[in-house]
Amino acid sequence: MHNRSLEVFGKAGYFNSQLRIALRNCGIIDPGDLDDYLNVRGFEALAKVLSGIKSEAVIAEIKRSGLRGRGGAGFGTGLKWELVAREKSDQKYVICNADEGDPGAFMDRSIIEGDPFSVLEGMAIAGYAVGSDKGIVYIRAEYPLAIKRLEKAIEAARKQNLLGKDILSSGFSFDIEIRLGAGAFVCGEETALMQSIEGHRGMPRPRPPYPSASGLFCKPTLINNVETWANVPVIVVEGAEWFSSVGTEKSKGTKVFALAGKINNTGLVEVPMGTTLRHVIYDIGGGIPGSKKLKAVQTGGPSGGCIPADLIDTPIDYESLGKIGSIMGSGGMIVIDEDSCMVSIAKFFLEFTQSESCGKCTPCREGTKRMLEILTRITEGQGKEGDIEKLERLGNMIKKSSLCGLGQSAPNPVLSTIRYFRNEYEDHIKNKKCTAGACEKMLSYVINDKCIGCGACKRACPVNAISGSTKQKHLINQDLCTKCGECYKTCKFSAIDKG
Amino acid sequence: MPEKIKITINDREYEVRPNQTIMQAADSVGFRLPRLCYHPKLSIEGACRVCIVEVEGMRNFVASCAYPIYDGMKIKTNTDELRRARRDIVELILDNHPMDCHTCERDGNCELQRLAYAMGIKTRHFEGEKKNYPIDVSSTSVVRNPNKCILCGRCVRICSEVQSVHNLGFSHRGFKTVVMPAYNEAFADTVCSNCGQCINVCPTAAFVEKNYTQDVFQALSRKDVVKIAQVAPSVRAAIGEDFGLPAGKNLEKETAAALRKLGFDYVFDTQFSADLTIVEEANELLHRIKTGGKLPMITSCSAAWMKYMEQFFPDLIDNISTCKSPMSMMGAMIKTYFADKIKADPKNIVSVAVMCCTAKKYEAARPELMVNGMRGVDHMITTREASWMIKSAGIDLVNIKGEEFDEPLGMSSGAGTIFGATGGVMEAAIRTAYELYTGKEMPDLDVKAVRGLKGIKEGAVMMGDKEIRVAVAHGLGNAAELLQEVRKNPDKYHFIEVMGCPGGCVGGGGQPYVGLNCVPLDENLLRKRAEALYNADRNRKIRKSHENPDIKRIYKEFLGEPLGKKSHELLHTHYKQHYPQGIIPGGGKC
Repeated sequence: MHNRSLEVFGKAGYFNSQLRIALRNCGIIDPGDLDDYLNVRGFEALAKVLSGIKSEAVIAEIKRSGLRGRGGAGFGTGLKWELVAREKSDQKYVICNADEGDPGAFMDRSIIEGDPFSVLEGMAIAGYAVGSDKGIVYIRAEYPLAIKRLEKAIEAARKQNLLGKDILSSGFSFDIEIRLGAGAFVCGEETALMQSIEGHRGMPRPRPPYPSASGLFCKPTLINNVETWANVPVIVVEGAEWFSSVGTEKSKGTKVFALAGKINNTGLVEVPMGTTLRHVIYDIGGGIPGSKKLKAVQTGGPSGGCIPADLIDTPIDYESLGKIGSIMGSGGMIVIDEDSCMVSIAKFFLEFTQSESCGKCTPCREGTKRMLEILTRITEGQGKEGDIEKLERLGNMIKKSSLCGLGQSAPNPVLSTIRYFRNEYEDHIKNKKCTAGACEKMLSYVINDKCIGCGACKRACPVNAISGSTKQKHLINQDLCTKCGECYKTCKFSAIDKG
Repeated sequence: MPEKIKITINDREYEVRPNQTIMQAADSVGFRLPRLCYHPKLSIEGACRVCIVEVEGMRNFVASCAYPIYDGMKIKTNTDELRRARRDIVELILDNHPMDCHTCERDGNCELQRLAYAMGIKTRHFEGEKKNYPIDVSSTSVVRNPNKCILCGRCVRICSEVQSVHNLGFSHRGFKTVVMPAYNEAFADTVCSNCGQCINVCPTAAFVEKNYTQDVFQALSRKDVVKIAQVAPSVRAAIGEDFGLPAGKNLEKETAAALRKLGFDYVFDTQFSADLTIVEEANELLHRIKTGGKLPMITSCSAAWMKYMEQFFPDLIDNISTCKSPMSMMGAMIKTYFADKIKADPKNIVSVAVMCCTAKKYEAARPELMVNGMRGVDHMITTREASWMIKSAGIDLVNIKGEEFDEPLGMSSGAGTIFGATGGVMEAAIRTAYELYTGKEMPDLDVKAVRGLKGIKEGAVMMGDKEIRVAVAHGLGNAAELLQEVRKNPDKYHFIEVMGCPGGCVGGGGQPYVGLNCVPLDENLLRKRAEALYNADRNRKIRKSHENPDIKRIYKEFLGEPLGKKSHELLHTHYKQHYPQGIIPGGGKC
């Protein structure tokens, strides 16, 4: 079932070391055509479980496969199913978390846009396994095409009795509806997501009770991420043994990454767990453009961390990434070259989590704001002695004290960059210097000996910071300079140094 | 499930009940973990993170208010790291809070202040931007100051979970999160019932009552007007708490004396007009029963309840007693009967009500309660405001020599006293209705079925051959539940008492902030305040409203008869459906 992309696209460098399970049909089948999906053994898995496999056996198979949640935390999928199956209730829910919110991540979107049926099939199999007849896909409203395709797919599946009442005359009923998220990043957190479905403000609540015991509308709820669902049919058809033969000892199967940043081949990459970062960056990604040096890789999106270049032989799996201060996350992978400032990178991610905090718990709401203020002043040349220690103190407290995963992981980009690039922070604070030249406010513009005294820069300067007589070397008054860069742009003689 | 399980706290083993949270279990064995957003009467928020503890095997700290215990659980509550984390968390709250403690309404009574002290915050590490929002002073009763809000969410929860008003919610995200009514409407235009329970549960001064003390001081300094005060029953049962006295001390005479020292020419007792209310209301009930009028009749004394009813239960308006509240009856009597008596122009009378309530501020300004084009009550101040005035004027309430209320609106029966506790109006009304209906003395005046703090109380009283079925609800959430039942089953009750605040007026939104070792809405506290009133009732010679000689006198001299023409004009009113801003009349069901 997997890797058909290779047959279709040929052995292009980008593809030949990938293993496509979750993305198996993306770009190959017509996502609007159920027959197309059926032709690639679609719904075979559902038919298989409905033709007499006991629900316990389905769960056992998922457990044996070693599949773990692809949303980020990597909780054992089979175990999750088992917990929900064990609950006794008149109603259980199966939820697909399609509230993909990490900046630059589009794994879930691609799967739904390219292969919506595989998600529906995975959910239906789970519905059968845990004893639920109601599935909900919670998807962000910013994914209009994915929503359209999903709606069409649900409609088509219903028509063929692959969803709805008495599926394939098996006596098992399962239907799926779509709920749209209004764009809050925190709604990707499972308890906030369920609050949102219930019509409340999307804010996480303390766990326990876990969703498996009391989730949506206080009923036992199974919630998995899009990529996890897309893996399920393959496991059922190809078998747990095959699936678990891929990957490492504790992380089985593959993981999709959104490869971005300073890299030649950007896009979605699906590789077996255990593949090294080096392999992904250099063999699949084609290395870094302009023969620049690799500085770091950021994985796991705003909740993740930065991995320095000397650790790129680390295999990609949940444990290894965790050990070096990052996370698998939902699969963001941003390549950073020598031109990037690590403080700015940390600030960028913290800006995101800080503004997306739901505002409920104190550490996340107030703490990330203060961390951001400190980072901002560091990047503006106003850093103070002790700022790094404050960031660490706040960061560690927020990690351990916050209510939900958003807060608990928000300091990761800062803490990991401090861990590996402390010297850059120190440079910013002590020497007021951004070696990468990325922090605008820390730049200084200085006129060199190439100056012929034409006066063009003097005229361009909006704050009259440049002085000098005609045909004499000019001078920039650093106290007045606002670092706008107008002089630099205007000078035709490369007489202004930026640095 | 075993009776007890074993948990370890700070390396010491304890046997505790299962099925509780870490905080509950720790509290039960002598701890009191720091806390802020937690309130025992409200749902678990888990937001402030002040109550975090360490649990062996857990990577992160857990909120002890939310996390359940299990057998063999090993908990640490006081490690260096925890102490530092808690301290930093409280410091982060302070960093986004105005530093005006010494001029703040809650100075000395602020949970955040106490917590900051307990956490040992001496230096500040993380100061930065602070929130800066406009203060909403639009409401007659409640002032919302988002700058002092620490987002614990207690107000949001009490407004929805206990009071079923659902006026408050969180808006915006992250650092910009604010508690506000829908669409940030001005409070005056919202469904706020003015009950003031948000003020009571707020740990800081994000909600306070609209302060009218300066207006009252100004009026008191005028030579050209007659200054008259009235005091609600619950005020005397609680005001001592503001002066460091234990809860449950009845300071009736001391309060009268202190108000006179403040400069009031006459100090009347709202308990007198409570008696008047009972005579009118009992007659109204019997009239409805005898003439087949609309039943169940529902009391109308509680100002918060009246606004709530107009908004959410307008279909029951005909069930509402037309009697004004005791405060407004007193206002009407001051501006007519008493003005005549002292031969004063009612325009030259300033009538001030001292109430346990914030909603009465709204009631006092209601146009339908005007008396001959004037307000019956010109200013209404809460117990807290009265305490402050007394302190500010340098009056020693604790050691003052008690004085009696003034004639002729100062004498009351025990029935008027118990108005302040939930079930009190019902009990008082039954005492009078029984005797009016049967013509016989009621054998036992204590109607135990309607006393106590159960949310909805039901009872039946045999009046001769007639069984009168009654129900009592306190807290608007309980009221809503009871009235849903009335909607479904209109014949179930004859008479219903509703009080807007939990515990009735003794738990009003204008009562003293609770002191140390106590939480707002604490049942023991409410019970003690109520007990002060029930004790006073027990010790009164006259315990029935209609036997109050001054009540008999006012009917003889002025009003004529209960439900008579004059009564109707001055003591009764009508209510109408009320639409908050943004709600289109007829546009949907509440």
